[in-house]
Amino acid sequence: MTYGIEGLIKRSLEGDRLAIGRLLTIVERNPEGAGKVIDMLPGDSDFHVIGVTGIAGSGKSTLLNQLITSYVSRGERVAVVAIDPSSRFSKGALLGDRIRMQVHATNKNVFIRSVSTRGLKGGLSFAGVAMVDVFGRLGFNRVFVESIGIGQADVDIMSISDTIVVVTVPGLGDDIQALKAGVMEIGDVYVINKVDKAGEEANRTYEYLRFAIESGELGLRGGWVPRIVKTSAVLGEGVDRLVEVIDEHRDFIVERGLKREKDLWRRRVMVRLLAEKMILDQLMKVEYKSGGDLYMDALKLIKNVVDRVFQRSIQ
Amino acid sequence: MTGVDTETQRIKVLVAKLGLDGHDRGAKVVARALKDAGLEVIYTGIRQTPEQVVEAAIQEDVDVIGVSILSGAHLTLMERLMSLLREYGADDIPVYLGGTIPIPDIPRLKEMGVKDVFLPGTSLKAIVEKVLEAGRERRGRVRW
Repeated sequence: MTYGIEGLIKRSLEGDRLAIGRLLTIVERNPEGAGKVIDMLPGDSDFHVIGVTGIAGSGKSTLLNQLITSYVSRGERVAVVAIDPSSRFSKGALLGDRIRMQVHATNKNVFIRSVSTRGLKGGLSFAGVAMVDVFGRLGFNRVFVESIGIGQADVDIMSISDTIVVVTVPGLGDDIQALKAGVMEIGDVYVINKVDKAGEEANRTYEYLRFAIESGELGLRGGWVPRIVKTSAVLGEGVDRLVEVIDEHRDFIVERGLKREKDLWRRRVMVRLLAEKMILDQLMKVEYKSGGDLYMDALKLIKNVVDRVFQRSIQ
Repeated sequence: MTGVDTETQRIKVLVAKLGLDGHDRGAKVVARALKDAGLEVIYTGIRQTPEQVVEAAIQEDVDVIGVSILSGAHLTLMERLMSLLREYGADDIPVYLGGTIPIPDIPRLKEMGVKDVFLPGTSLKAIVEKVLEAGRERRGRVRW
């Protein structure tokens, strides 16, 4: 079946989900195609990118499922980029985030796409970031990115989201302290999920987080004081409050002019990931072809690329 | 392992349980085997309607759909699934069926467009090989 990128874009803008699915595959598998797609889509759309991160099993997908319900009931169009790890051995992946959200599979205003990390530490590939951009340009109001976001790598979920929701669960106790240097310092909103399972423990976790925020240990970016929300995603409790807080944060960054900055930053991250990918792809080819003087060949290639980029930017 | 595809050509497969059927051990074992063979596997969970499975398949733009049914309702459910795929223009995606399927039903299922049926006792190796081949073929066929 042939549509051509133009045809796919036209149909995608009309909301045709088969076309959107195939457009995303171009973006995922063909960096040049991704450039073309992004270039051909409208660039003036206003959308809110919400990163949802937190340890495995904290209930991110279940919570996201509830958030989708809330936003869709307000008449919004919601897209999800669900990132799951790929195996470092087989390179394969079992992408299971969708299970918790399948109730929305047939909703015309919801689009869910799973992406594997393909071995990248920060959990974000060029494809993942480009997909966020494409969803926004296709007119989705909220674009969620779900990832375990280890938080140590330089490019992670934080660098491309307008609002970061960090999901944790009660009972991690002292681990909270240990987590502070990673995921636990990036949140705009902290969610203590599964409170139905551990009443008292949830209060303790709440106090730990509040103390950390009040003592300024959690990053106060742009003057925003992170909020803490207790939820039970399975029971749907606390979700309304979470939506309220996410809206508050969006208003905050728009009023302070931070939203525009974040939009520009996301594009920058995308370009950087693309550059890395293209150079790395070339490097892998060097390795397969020569073998002999691999190190020198690789070095020559990098130098060549850098020289050419600089020459072009001078011109 | 088979991880021969380059990163950008990695084959994507949807594994789904269709209908009122919670017996998902088989589907999970197959999903795991496909992952270990280097494929990207999307698992939809149990008790899915044909509509949900087709929607997931087109949103994920998968190369292969693998359905598991142990409830006995395979003729009705697969008929609906296959006709929805045609309706959506997504019938270029090969569909495999696994589960407790009576042998006399197999010709009827193939008439509907099901590529192959994996009966109990089929080796994981055979499943992986067939899915991989069909996935590669589909990926090669898709043109933008």
